[in-house]
Amino acid sequence: MLTPEEWIAVRLSLEVAFWATFWSLPFAVLVAWVLARLDFPGKGLLDGLIYLPLVLPKVVVGYLLLLTLGARGAIGQYLDAWFGIKLIFTTAGATVAAAVVSFPLTVNAIRLALEAVDRGLEVAARTLGASRLDVFFSVTLPLMLPGVLSGALLAIASALGEFGATITFVSNVEGQTRTIPLAIYSATHMPDGDAMALRLTVVSVVLALGALLLAGLVDRRIRVMIGRA
Amino acid sequence: MIEIDIRLARPGGFSLAAAFSAPAAGVTALFGRSGAGKTTIIQAVAGVVRPDAGRIVVDGEVFFDQARGIDLPIEARRVGYVFQDARLFPHLSVDSNLRYGERRARATERPIRFEAVVDLLGIGHLLKRRPHTLSGGERQRVAIGRALLAQPRLLLMDEPLAALDEARKAEILPYLERLRDEVRLPILYVSHSIDEVVRLAALMVALADGRQIAAGPVAEVMANPELLPVIGRFDVGALLECTVARHDEAFALSDLTFPGGVLRVPQVGRPVGAAVRARVRARDVAIALSRPEEVSVSNLLSARIEAVRMQEGPYADIELSVGPSRLASMVTRESVARLRLAPGQAVWAMVKSVAVDSRRPESEPS
Repeated sequence: MLTPEEWIAVRLSLEVAFWATFWSLPFAVLVAWVLARLDFPGKGLLDGLIYLPLVLPKVVVGYLLLLTLGARGAIGQYLDAWFGIKLIFTTAGATVAAAVVSFPLTVNAIRLALEAVDRGLEVAARTLGASRLDVFFSVTLPLMLPGVLSGALLAIASALGEFGATITFVSNVEGQTRTIPLAIYSATHMPDGDAMALRLTVVSVVLALGALLLAGLVDRRIRVMIGRA
Repeated sequence: MIEIDIRLARPGGFSLAAAFSAPAAGVTALFGRSGAGKTTIIQAVAGVVRPDAGRIVVDGEVFFDQARGIDLPIEARRVGYVFQDARLFPHLSVDSNLRYGERRARATERPIRFEAVVDLLGIGHLLKRRPHTLSGGERQRVAIGRALLAQPRLLLMDEPLAALDEARKAEILPYLERLRDEVRLPILYVSHSIDEVVRLAALMVALADGRQIAAGPVAEVMANPELLPVIGRFDVGALLECTVARHDEAFALSDLTFPGGVLRVPQVGRPVGAAVRARVRARDVAIALSRPEEVSVSNLLSARIEAVRMQEGPYADIELSVGPSRLASMVTRESVARLRLAPGQAVWAMVKSVAVDSRRPESEPS
């Protein structure tokens, strides 16, 4: 059905999308909580910065990543010198690009779920002796779980489709950074790549649709589980 | 012992000033119309709302003292808060809801047992259920149980019956009475229903527009003429502390003695000698100049007019004394003129209806 080369691209895409979401999720929950629950000077600016990758051209995001996290970038040079982490041309770099681009979507989904949680329940939990942190893990997080999970699936779906930032930041290296969109892009430049492009396109559609359906299903299941149906 | 002395002002014009103390056990009602500041007071006790000034002390522990900069966080105050809307956790079973606070209480300070609370509130058959499958009355009972099991130092109840229909109220009230009688805890009970206050509370604090009008024993506060606009003209009345004297099984009636007289009422379910509280609304008391013969009213009391207060509109308030006890009567101004009613006059009070609350004497706070 798929050639070994195409399988590599599919597996790489799934890996990148999964890990990008996995690592960004806790930060997304934290940022969503800060934006939804705290008031501080400069909140508007933080809000804007978080959503910036959503509206900026993805090529610009990729180039900014290159400037900051690249081999000679402001942060990148120390990542390499101190920790031996190389992002350029690597799967790790592709994961970072996917995470940055999908971050605003994840934060937004989680923030909406968080704002829907009844603050009265949190007050009730505190009168029953729970500290703020305890309340977050025992009441707030379980109640916003549908939002967190659908946010995560949304992030996976959008990470699967990431192109501009990835190709600008970490280039198009087979087996390292060549995810499905990049492989399709390469295929369209090859003389006999049409069949490959078409097969990968079908895979893309199936994966994206699968993620969306799964998101809906999980959301309903959890709502029933936590008595919100 | 709860000592409250707080003041606060909010942008938009609402301000509150209240100062009272409540005993170490028994129900103290915070009574007033909506917007009077009742809920704000218990929110301040819980730590949900921070007053601008004053102090709140419970059992010698300072919850809040503006002058000394003390403001305990909510979770350190250990108050059992029963909200009007129950606020059960939707993602937890009834059992887990009940145990939420219990798990967080210190193991050495758990005098209130799970089984006892489940039994007291009759919620044993609900433990496996989810909150959204419960009726409003069941939810409120579970919420009360959850608050009790957190091993609180006091209970705060914010109109726990207000969101329920009459049938559900009637279902829960007996549980509240059992709670009051069996759990040795101070209870601050917010209500705008004088019936609930009379039935449950020993002490009451009356509030209007953020101002404390009166505080003290329920009977005393109810006799306060300043309370008239708060209770509403048609619910004003006197409260008589009575003793069951005898039962008339043939006619299913009971005689209740109070200082100064006897009331004949439909049979009460309390033994002879028991203390009960009778509420006589002013509109149920008519006045006659001579002893009326051949009338259906069975409660005729020899009384003396203490005061006549003309009101705007058709009515006048008459204050009566029956021996050392006080009664109130509401008659038309036209009747006052026709009968030439005046202070000092000896009259007959015809009591058309008496509401009896069978409270147990041992529940009275010391």
